[in-house]
Amino acid sequence: MAKDWVIHAEDLMKVYQMGEVEVRALAGVSCNIKRGEVVAIMGPSGSGKSTLMNILGCLDLPTSGKYILDGEAVETLSDDQLADIRNRKVGFIFQSFNLLSRTTALANVELPLRYAGNVPNKKERARAALESVGLGDRISHRPTELSGGQQQRVAIARALVNDPAIIMADEPTGNLDSKVGKEILELLLALNRDNGTTLIIVTHDQAIAAQTQRIIHLRDGLVEEKK
Amino acid sequence: MNIGQSIIEALETLNGNKLRSGLTILGIVIGVGAVIAMLAIGQGAQDTITSAISGIGTNLLFVSSGNDILNVRNPKPLTLGDAQAIADPFAAPDVLAVAPIIQGRSDVTAGGQTMSVSVTGTTPQYFIMQNYSLLEGDFLTQDNLQGNASAVVIGPGVADKLFGRRNGVVGETIRINGQPFRVVGILQSKGGGTFGSQDNQVIVPFTTAQTRLIHRSALNEVDQLYVQVVSAQAVPLATDEVKQILRQRHRTPVGIDDFSVFSQADFLSIATTVTGVFTIFLGGIAGISLLVGGIGIMNIMLVSVTERTREIGLRKALGARKRDILIQFLIESSMLSLIGGMIGILLGWFLGFIVGRVAAASGNPFNPAISLNAILLATLFSAAVGLFFGIYPANRAAGLEPVEALRYE
Repeated sequence: MAKDWVIHAEDLMKVYQMGEVEVRALAGVSCNIKRGEVVAIMGPSGSGKSTLMNILGCLDLPTSGKYILDGEAVETLSDDQLADIRNRKVGFIFQSFNLLSRTTALANVELPLRYAGNVPNKKERARAALESVGLGDRISHRPTELSGGQQQRVAIARALVNDPAIIMADEPTGNLDSKVGKEILELLLALNRDNGTTLIIVTHDQAIAAQTQRIIHLRDGLVEEKK
Repeated sequence: MNIGQSIIEALETLNGNKLRSGLTILGIVIGVGAVIAMLAIGQGAQDTITSAISGIGTNLLFVSSGNDILNVRNPKPLTLGDAQAIADPFAAPDVLAVAPIIQGRSDVTAGGQTMSVSVTGTTPQYFIMQNYSLLEGDFLTQDNLQGNASAVVIGPGVADKLFGRRNGVVGETIRINGQPFRVVGILQSKGGGTFGSQDNQVIVPFTTAQTRLIHRSALNEVDQLYVQVVSAQAVPLATDEVKQILRQRHRTPVGIDDFSVFSQADFLSIATTVTGVFTIFLGGIAGISLLVGGIGIMNIMLVSVTERTREIGLRKALGARKRDILIQFLIESSMLSLIGGMIGILLGWFLGFIVGRVAAASGNPFNPAISLNAILLATLFSAAVGLFFGIYPANRAAGLEPVEALRYE
């Protein structure tokens, strides 16, 4: 059963030193997420959900605790190895899309493949990813020529292109109106249904959380698991 | 990450902010352009001076009184006796001929026109050594010399000024310091040399000059001796022979010569040293502007790193390693300096060309020479400037924490 866990975190602590004061952003969080699961992380601001996402996404290292992502013990890795893990195993989707505005949709989606080193058929894979999010006809548009929903689709294609073990979405619909937001959520859930992609969504929105299989509630750096 | 792709991406980024990139490049353009132009001008000056010196013949020695290196008290003047002793084929077998020279400035008049010219008193050998040729008439002869003749050979500039023509002047009379001289020959024009125009001179027999025109304190004193050596290879041997003879005649202590012997090679090496220093000096000043251009690159790259903090964070989230970010920013800064360098080479070439044109227009033919070395130097140097001044900003970008960078507004 442990082999099914794509994420296995034990007693994660994250302490920031703010001048004289120690701030405990995470005070011992343990969680396991199965392959193919859709999980929401919820909690009020300051509850530590961004910190948890950063650590689960290997953008940051915990002060203490144990974290195994897709079979690799993360807390011992160097900066370059972490970069490699982020590249191969994690796909990020941000609230503000974070696309490179100067380059085309295709080049944006291709970017993770370029950092991956020797990947054959980069262009074809990037195009396939864009087609899978319904933007096959927009590959040479720049982000400024796309609507918000289309930009977020490009970002989803970029997260998918390296075939990661998990996709982490931080408020993916926060900058979109409710209709488009619903479509984006549908797209994410469809990816999970069709490809079995593990999905972690950080959100404030109860309606979004309700569509996931499980919700991890955070409060004051601790988990209150429900459902 | 593929380098070719990174270069294209860097160019796209720089293209995204044309004005800023353009101004940064301009700093390098001016720096590299100045370096290239200055080196070219220095090189051109060197070429002109060395070719002027080469023109005076490889087998001539110039002997003068005094010592340029050591401070010698009361040097004995050179005399006609010294000239005769050096001309002795048994004492100096490598010497072909000797011409004593005595020089001064005098007013010459003819037909109401007056002109200040350089007057040279010498012997017939002088004309051969100087490679003069004649428009008409003859050179001075041995008879002129022995007879203290009032004969003169004049330069074409003098003929132009005094008579307004160059033909049919032979046989006319001119007055030097009020004394009448008969023109026996007119020299062909040699044009303006580095050491002043040779067209505005008159040449009279040595004996005549010594007794009637140019007075020197000692008996038979000469200003200079021109020594023609049998061949260019024999120059060092002949130099030694001349020195040996003069040391004996002047009775100088060992190692303290009261005369100097210069060969063309000596002049050449002095001129090369002087122009070399001159070139380095000019290039150094131009190098400062290249340095300033480099600081411009560093400045703009730092601004760019700050502006693009989020982009850097995103790239790191997508799997960029430190090295990838470092390379990205280094490529951008070296692209700036490389493009600047290339335009700068063109600008420097153009500046050199203009300087050459201005020099030619003002009567001093002079060719700024852009050597391949200067181009290589400027290109390498500007690329190095880009790399060096790019390292700090690039390092700063590479060292950003992904979490912090992503959160940056």
